Amino acid sequence: MNNSKILKINGLQKNYTSGAKQLTVLQDVSFEVAKGQTFAIVGPSGSGKTTLLGLCAGLDTADAGTVTLCGHNLQQLTQDQRAQLRNQEVGFIFQNFQLLPTLTALENVSVPLDLQGDKKASQIAKELLEKVGLGNRLDHYPSQLSGGEQQRVALARAFSNRPSILFADEPTGNLDEETGETVIKLLLELNQDAGTTLVIITHDMDLARRTQQILRLKGGQVVSNQPVAAF
Amino acid sequence: MNNIPLKPTQKANTAWLFKMAWRDAKASKVRLLLFMASIILGIAAVVSIQLFSGNLKNNIQGQSKSLMGADYLIDTDQEPTERAQQLIDSLGPQAMEVNFVSMVAFPKNGGTRLVRVRGIAGDFPFYGEIDSEPPTAGNTYQQQGGALVDATLMLQYNVVPGDSIKIGEVTLPIAGALKAIPGTTAISTSVAPPVIIPYAYVEQTQLLQFGSRKEYQYFFKDETVDLALLDKTLDPMLDMENADIDTHTSTSSRLGRRYDNVGKFLNLVAFIALLLGCVGIASSVNIYIKEKLPAVAVLKCLGASRKLSFLIFGIQIAGIGLLGGLLGTALGVGVQSMFPYILQSLLPFNVTIELLPQPLILGVLLGVFMSVLFALLPLLRTLYVSPLAVLRIDDSGTVQSTLARWVLGILIFGFLYGFSFWLLQDGAYALAFVVGVVVTFAILAGIALFTMKLVKYFFPKEASYTLRQPLLNLFRPNNQTMVLLVAIGLGTFLISTLYLSKDMLLAKTSIENNAKSPNLVALDIQTKQLDAVVGVFNKNKIDIINNIPLVTMRMHSIKGVGLNEIRKDTTSTIRGWILNHEFRTTYRDSLIGSEKLQKGEWIANYEQGTIPISISDNIARDAQLAVGDAVVFNVQGVLMETVVASVRQVDWTRLQLNFSIVFPAGVLENAPQFNVLTAHVPNEERSAYLQRDLVASFPNVSLIDLRQVYTIIEDILDKVSWVINFMAFFSILTGIIVLIGSVRTSKYQRIREAVLLRTLGAKNKHIVTIAILEYLFLGVLGCLVGLVLALAGSAALAFYLFEETFAPTIWPLLVFLPALVLLVVAIGLSNIRPVLKSSPLEVLRGVG
Repeated sequence: MNNSKILKINGLQKNYTSGAKQLTVLQDVSFEVAKGQTFAIVGPSGSGKTTLLGLCAGLDTADAGTVTLCGHNLQQLTQDQRAQLRNQEVGFIFQNFQLLPTLTALENVSVPLDLQGDKKASQIAKELLEKVGLGNRLDHYPSQLSGGEQQRVALARAFSNRPSILFADEPTGNLDEETGETVIKLLLELNQDAGTTLVIITHDMDLARRTQQILRLKGGQVVSNQPVAAF
Repeated sequence: MNNIPLKPTQKANTAWLFKMAWRDAKASKVRLLLFMASIILGIAAVVSIQLFSGNLKNNIQGQSKSLMGADYLIDTDQEPTERAQQLIDSLGPQAMEVNFVSMVAFPKNGGTRLVRVRGIAGDFPFYGEIDSEPPTAGNTYQQQGGALVDATLMLQYNVVPGDSIKIGEVTLPIAGALKAIPGTTAISTSVAPPVIIPYAYVEQTQLLQFGSRKEYQYFFKDETVDLALLDKTLDPMLDMENADIDTHTSTSSRLGRRYDNVGKFLNLVAFIALLLGCVGIASSVNIYIKEKLPAVAVLKCLGASRKLSFLIFGIQIAGIGLLGGLLGTALGVGVQSMFPYILQSLLPFNVTIELLPQPLILGVLLGVFMSVLFALLPLLRTLYVSPLAVLRIDDSGTVQSTLARWVLGILIFGFLYGFSFWLLQDGAYALAFVVGVVVTFAILAGIALFTMKLVKYFFPKEASYTLRQPLLNLFRPNNQTMVLLVAIGLGTFLISTLYLSKDMLLAKTSIENNAKSPNLVALDIQTKQLDAVVGVFNKNKIDIINNIPLVTMRMHSIKGVGLNEIRKDTTSTIRGWILNHEFRTTYRDSLIGSEKLQKGEWIANYEQGTIPISISDNIARDAQLAVGDAVVFNVQGVLMETVVASVRQVDWTRLQLNFSIVFPAGVLENAPQFNVLTAHVPNEERSAYLQRDLVASFPNVSLIDLRQVYTIIEDILDKVSWVINFMAFFSILTGIIVLIGSVRTSKYQRIREAVLLRTLGAKNKHIVTIAILEYLFLGVLGCLVGLVLALAGSAALAFYLFEETFAPTIWPLLVFLPALVLLVVAIGLSNIRPVLKSSPLEVLRGVG
C-alpha cells in the first residue's frame, strides 16, 4: 500500500433498483487522494457525485470494487466499525448543514468528541466556535441561527475531532454568494491550519479550481482526473 | 491488502448518553408531555384501583374475627331440632341469640318503628366490641336489664338513654345508644335497625309465636380449632337439620365477594386505562421517533454506533416512563385515599388506608416497562436508519428485521395477557380480553387498508381541488390513515365500551319508585285480622295494591320418595336444606314482573286431579325437580299431592315479594295462612299515621316503609356510581389525550404542506377546508367503526363477564359520535393554526 494515499478507490460500481429496473449510478470508478491534498469532484446533476461521496466515507457499500480509507478496506468493516472509523478519522460538511436541532451550537460541535469520550470536548468546541466567529452564539439552537451561521457551526463540528480527511458535500449550495465565499475561505483556512485532506463535491467550477486536483464525473463514470494546473 | 487495525473503540460514557437523552428531551418537552400524560393517567387508574382493592382485602382479613364477633357460629331459622341441639351442646357455645323483626314503640312520644330485636345471652361479642353511647352500656346492659337501641333510630325518635322502649308485651329502659356491633351493615340496619335486649326478656315479649320469622344463633370462641375441618365435618350434619355453620374466615371471604361486581368493573377500568395509555405511548412515540430519524442519521454519520443511537432515545423513553410512573403513582395514591370517605357507609368495617408497597412498586415499574415496550417498535427504526439519509439519498431499501417485529409482538401480547390475568385472576377471561383487543386492532387496520384502496380506486378526478386534496392525503406516501384510524378507532372503542359497561351496571342497580309500585309492606297479618287491617288502610285512605296470601308448608316426599328415606340415602344429591325448610308459599293466577316462565306451562286455576304447582329455578336445581315430577307437601298436618307444572326464573334482586313455590288459584284459599299487604303511601306523614294506627291495634303486624329503604339504597347506589363514574372519567380523559396525541402526530407534516400551499397561493379558506374534510373523514370512519366494535364488545362483556342482559341506551352513542368527530376535527384544525396566523417563513423556521 502506498502510505501517502489516504483514499484509494478501485473499480467502484453502485447500482440502485427502481421498480423492475436496475440503474447503474457509478461504473468502474477508480482514483486516489493523497494525504493533505485538496480534491474536488465535479459533474452535472445526476452524475453520481453524492453517491460517490457516500461510498468514500463508508456511509454506504459498493456493489463492486474497493474503497480504502485511511488504510482500511471499508468492505471488510461492519457498519459500527465504519462508524467508529468516521468518528476517529473523518469530518463532514453538508449542503443543508445537518445540525441536530435539539442541541445548542456548542453541544452540536462537541458531539464527535463526546463520542470519543474526550473530557475536554466542551472546551475544544468552544475554541472552535470562537475561531469561526460564533463565540457569542454558543447557547443558540440551530433555528435561532442564520444559514451562514449554521454552516460555520457545521465547520467547527467537522474539525472538532481533528480528522485526517474531510468530506464537504456542496458546502455553499444553500448559501448566497457572499456568505458562501466567507464559508469557503474559512474552510480552506481551517483545512490548511490542520493539514487535513479535503474532498469537496461541487458543481461550482470556481470553487473546484481552488483545490489541487479535480475529478470529473459524467453518467457515473470518470471523465477526467487532473491537477488544477492542467485547467 | 491487509487492513491496519482500528484504534481502540470509542469511549462515549454512560453519563454522556444520559446527557444527550436529557438535552434532546429538553428541547422536545411539549411533544413528550402528551406521551407522559398517557402514562400518568393510565398508571394513576391502575395504582388507585389496586391500592384500594388491596386495602379492602387486608381490612376484611384483618378484621375477620371482629366482623363476626366469634370464631364461628351455628345458625338456624327455627328452633333447633333435637339432633341439632345435641351437636350445638356438644360444642359448648359461649353465647347465643334469637333475633326477629318486630314493631316497637317509644312510650315517651308514641313513635313506632320496625326493628330487628336481638335477644342475646352470654358475653357476645368475643372479638371487637359493642360500640355504644355511653361507652359502658355495651358491657352493662345485660346486668341492668336494659335495651341497646340503634343510635340513628334514637335520634329520629328523639329518645335518650333512660327513656323506655316497648317491645311486644315488655317495656325496658334504654341502657344506651347502639352505634355498631359486629356483623351488621348500614343497609341491614336501615331496613330494620337493631335493638339488643337480654335474652331473658325474649319470652316476655310474647312475639315468638307460630309463623313468626326468627333466627337462632349460637356463638363459639375457640381459637385452637381447625375451622376448615370443623366446617367440612359439621356442615353436612347441620344441613340435614336445617342449620348452618359459619366461620369467621368464610364470612370474610363472602364479604369480599360482595364487592365482586364493582371490583370487576374497576379492574376493567384499570385495564382500559392502561391500554389507552399504551395506545397513547405507541402513537406519540411513533411519530416522535420518526421525527428523530434524521438526527439519528447525523449521529451515525458522525460516528455513533447503532447501539449508541438506540440507547440515547431508549434512555429518554425509559426516563419519561419512570417520571410518568412516579407521577401516576402519586396521583393514584391521592385518588384512592378519597375512596374510603365516599364508601364508608357501604362497608361494615372501618377501612384504614395503608400505602401497600406492591401497587406502588408496580406502578413505577409499569410506567417504565410499558413505555419501553410500546416504544420499542418505533425505537427499533433507529437501528436501521442509514447514515446516507444525511446526503438526501432515500435509502428506503433498508428493512427492519421481521424476527424483531415478531418477538416484540409476542412480548406485547404476553405483557397484556399477564397484566389482565393479574387483574382478573382468570386465565380464560384474560385471554378473551387480550384477544378481543387484538381482533379490534386487526379489524381497524384492515378497514384502514381497505379504505385507502377504495379511495384510490374510486378517486374523483373531476372533483374540486379542495375535495381532491384531502382524499389524496388518505392514500399518498407517508399518509397517516392507518395510524389515525387505528388510534381513533381503538380510543373510541375503549371509551365507548367503558361507558356502555358502566351504564349497564348502573341500570341494573337502579330501582323503580313510582306511584304504581308499592312502597309500604305490611307483614304477618293473620287471616282473622285481615278485614280489620284492611279497614285501617281504608280509614287512612291508602289503597292496597296487593294482598298476598302466605301459606307455610314443608315437603313430605319428592318423586315418591319420603324425606326420611332421602335423608338416609347417602348418595342423594338433593340439598339438605330442602328437606327441612319451612317454605312460605303463595297462590295466584298470573306471573308477576320479576318472574319469567322457563319450562313447562303456567296453570292459572286449579280444576281437578293432582295440583299443578310452579317452582323457581333454584328449587328445581336444589331439589332435583323437573316438569312432571311429583311432590307431596305437608300443610300443617294435611298431605297435599302436587306435580311440577312449570319452572320459573325469578329475579330475587328486585325489591318485591318473590316466592319459590306458587300454587294456582283455587287450592290453598282455605288453608291456615298469613297475608302480606302492599300499598303506595304518598308521603311520610300519611305513612306515620298508618303505622301509628296499625301498631296500636295489631302489635304482631310488621310494617316496612320501603321509602326509607329506597332512600338508603339510592344513597348507596349514588356513592357506588360516583366511584364508577369517577374512574370511568379517568379513563375517558386518558382516551381523549390519546386522541389528541394521535391527531397531533401529523402536525408537523401537515404544517409543512399547508405552508407550501400558502406559498403557492392557497387562501386560509382552502387550507381550512382541506383540513376539515380530511379529519372529518378519518374522524367519522374511526369513531363509527370504534362504536360498532364497542357495541359488540360490550355485549360480549355483558354476557360473559357481568352475566347480565345487554340493552344499550342509544342516545349516548348518538352524542358520542358527533362529539368525538368534532374533537378530532378541532384538534386537526389546531394543528394548522400556526399556518393561518403567521407567515410561511416564520412557521418553517419554527418547525425546523
